[in-house]
Amino acid sequence: MAKESNFKNMVIALFAVTFVASASLGVVNEFTKGAIEKANIEAQNKAVAAVLPPFDKLGASFKVLPEGETDTLIFFPALDKDSITIATAVKSYTKKGFSGLFTVMVGFSADGKITGYNILEHHETPGLGSKMALWFSNEEKPGQNVIGKNPAADNLMVKKDGGSVDAITAATISSRAFLESVQRAYKAWKSHTDQQNSVPKQNGTNQEGTNS
Amino acid sequence: MKQISVLLNGLMKENPVFVLLLGMCPTLGVSSSAINGIGMGLATTFVLVMSNILVSLVSGFIPDKVRIPSYVVIIATFVTIVQLGMQAYVPALYASLGLFIPLIVVNCIVLGRAEAFASKNNVISSTLDGLGMGLGFTFALTLLGSVREILGTGKVFGLTLFPENYGSLIFVLAPGAFIALGYLIAIINKIKKA
Repeated sequence: MAKESNFKNMVIALFAVTFVASASLGVVNEFTKGAIEKANIEAQNKAVAAVLPPFDKLGASFKVLPEGETDTLIFFPALDKDSITIATAVKSYTKKGFSGLFTVMVGFSADGKITGYNILEHHETPGLGSKMALWFSNEEKPGQNVIGKNPAADNLMVKKDGGSVDAITAATISSRAFLESVQRAYKAWKSHTDQQNSVPKQNGTNQEGTNS
Repeated sequence: MKQISVLLNGLMKENPVFVLLLGMCPTLGVSSSAINGIGMGLATTFVLVMSNILVSLVSGFIPDKVRIPSYVVIIATFVTIVQLGMQAYVPALYASLGLFIPLIVVNCIVLGRAEAFASKNNVISSTLDGLGMGLGFTFALTLLGSVREILGTGKVFGLTLFPENYGSLIFVLAPGAFIALGYLIAIINKIKKA
């Protein structure tokens, strides 16, 4: 029933199959591109809103490269109705997880307190390290709750390392990694905010100069 | 009558997971919860049905020596369509299944049915075979996922049956998957013989 397996037939058959396959994938990609982009943006906005106090609108996000590091963190400023930044969400990461890299969104209020966090992507052990999604925001257990704390004033390290935070039972490595990602976010946020505060006026005049 | 038996074949008599023991890797990997099992099962069902239809249609035009590469391209195309569709319309499910969606391409059930059934039978039988095998796979993954989720966390489909602290964590992890699967295969064999 099948065609003879000579060179010509095989070339034609494989070409036809791959041609039709790539053409149909092109069509499907064109069709879903918009929806995928929308879904990604929606997921990101949701993650940002979940870690921040109520705000009026989101400012444009921007990337910041912390000093001495090779990877950038993404900042999402939340603005009130006068376009003043009231809080910032920082997309941070750690490479020290039990199963390697995981990414975390951390929110900071203007005075540097943690307003919330959200684990974006992780591969930690289900039932152990994966508990970090809720563990560090448990309001009934102040020993493990990091919400409302200021990384500069409160010693945000696990107790085993001399800090003030209760690590997840049987998942110290995940806890340590999570706190490292928070510290990384805070350091970047702090130096960025200090920079902004020290040269805000100069920036303003510069912009006016170029505008006129 | 024959058509119905083709459809039912995959559900019980030749269930791909419990009887043929095909596609063990995604079975053990995604069955940590019932909802993951359903999602993965339905995605595989779609790919199985579509690739069975197409393979049975084109098998007459493809020279024997290049049939396997052609089938793999056809399967991979449908898997990519599923992946793009999921990413666009059910991003939450896509996030939790992640890596296992592209791996449907190398799921032996799909290529196995294309080679062993679809390339030798007509379109209608191949469609029913794909549907039956796919639903059998979905059934197996959902059953295994439910068992693991209940024993491990006390929950199933978001419904709490008993507090999580009494759950046995091992069933959520990989060793529990092997244990649960072993017992399920034994039970299904017992039922089949009876």
